[in-house]
Amino acid sequence: MTTRVGIVEVAQSVGSESKDNLYEEIYKISKEVLDKAGLSIRDVDTAVSASSDIFTGISCANAYYWDSTAAFLKNGSRQDGESLFSFYYAAMRIMTGHYNTALVVGICRGSEHPETDSLTTLFGDPFSQRPLGLCETVVAAFQMRLYMERYGITEEQCAKVAVKNLGNALRNPYAHRKRRYTVEDILNSQRIADPLTAKQCAPKSDGIVAVLLASEEKTKRLTKKPVWFKGFGCSMDTFSIGDKDLLGGSLRDAASRAYKKADISDPKKEIDLAEVCEPYAFQELLWCEHLGLCDEGEGGKLIDSGRTQIDGDIPVNPSGGVLANNPYISRGLQRLVEVVLQLKGQAGERQVENKMKTAIAHGTTGFAGHCHAVAILGV
Amino acid sequence: MSKKEYKTFDFELSLPYRLAYGPTWTRFFEGLQEEKIFGTKCHQCNRVLVPARSFCPQCFVDIDDWVQVSNEGTLVTWALISFEFYNQPKKPPYAAGLIKLDGADVSMFHLVDGFDMNDLDKVKETLPIGRRVKAVWSEEKKGHILDIKYFQPI
Ligand SMILES: [Zn+2]
Repeated sequence: MTTRVGIVEVAQSVGSESKDNLYEEIYKISKEVLDKAGLSIRDVDTAVSASSDIFTGISCANAYYWDSTAAFLKNGSRQDGESLFSFYYAAMRIMTGHYNTALVVGICRGSEHPETDSLTTLFGDPFSQRPLGLCETVVAAFQMRLYMERYGITEEQCAKVAVKNLGNALRNPYAHRKRRYTVEDILNSQRIADPLTAKQCAPKSDGIVAVLLASEEKTKRLTKKPVWFKGFGCSMDTFSIGDKDLLGGSLRDAASRAYKKADISDPKKEIDLAEVCEPYAFQELLWCEHLGLCDEGEGGKLIDSGRTQIDGDIPVNPSGGVLANNPYISRGLQRLVEVVLQLKGQAGERQVENKMKTAIAHGTTGFAGHCHAVAILGV
Repeated sequence: MSKKEYKTFDFELSLPYRLAYGPTWTRFFEGLQEEKIFGTKCHQCNRVLVPARSFCPQCFVDIDDWVQVSNEGTLVTWALISFEFYNQPKKPPYAAGLIKLDGADVSMFHLVDGFDMNDLDKVKETLPIGRRVKAVWSEEKKGHILDIKYFQPI
């Protein structure tokens, strides 16, 4: 890595339904992050955003909202899909040495788009999958059944993830869904795609998320509490779900690439906190395995141990995770925002008390984790 | 969509698209019309891929060795779907799963039907992972994935 990249400031909207116009709210959140850093539009060297036309209902949606991300007449770019990629693209822009600052904005409005699976079914192959109603929740249910069968993970252990995360969300003013539930509440909610119950599936939420990145020198000038970009890895495996082991997947590859760049050899010891993208409760356990935070098949034991609770030694999703807040496109970048707030010591009532040095933000979209991105940040 | 207490602009989009099947899908779907399920075998990794492909995504080489696989196979995993979304194949509840056909090295996504779905416990008894299933064919075939009506437990 040639230049160190710092995260200066972050801002996010609340996850519950917004009555504001999208264009205006993107401006508000982008402006908020610039105000925090004491910058004006002139100081933004480049802008990268993430959104999805099919989720926005506007074709080339970035052309519509471009001005609201402080990108007017700038050299900018846009990612259609998982927003954690846009963070990496912006970081790479700074690493080129051509830009000193970059504004990253993730955009999604759950309150405006159709049911999430009405959109994820359009990810499917039109000839052989779409006519049969393939969608993300159905494949997640396939994956959960295999996970329980192969490793003896129980439905109760999966439900515990929802209990933990929706409980953590009580302390997160940005979270959309929050409540103190019991394992029974989670398991007795509607069986929408057995073995998945409704409360083990993420809601659809609103989320405009902004992150300001800067070169090392500029970061040090703009903030007293810099957070540093340490590593990134991503991977995408085969499109055809029948070709792969639904419990294999590509997250191990994405994670090992990120760890290598961040010089991490033992994630179990070196990772202090993880914000994991778990649109389905059991996925937090499976992804923790693939991220190397526990051994293969040990995800159930990990949640039972209490170690991933907010007061545990490796807190996972202190924000409440995606089960509490699911702006589909911006949810990966939102994981990164939470990691930044936690590392800066600015997470309010949900602040993790452990001394933390290194943390992970993870994003995923598609069938059974088709596409994964892992970012590692540190102080 | 439920009405909001604030002013919203509501719209629906319906636009025509026309996607070419190409020769490989065309041959695969013509096979279904004759109640035959075709895959193609990669000469490098020796896997039989179903539905048939023109290249192996892993080896990145052409494959044109067509093989007919069995209409029977085993259930790899499944779900009982009880919620609604756009463009579903039928009204819920219904089951879908991944089926590994005999002679194939990968599995195929399809509906699983032909048994009583009203009692979840009974469905679970009927569909243990590894359950043998066979293709049930539609009477009228159109060269379409639903020429296989569903897979039924044997
Ligand atoms: Zn091959």
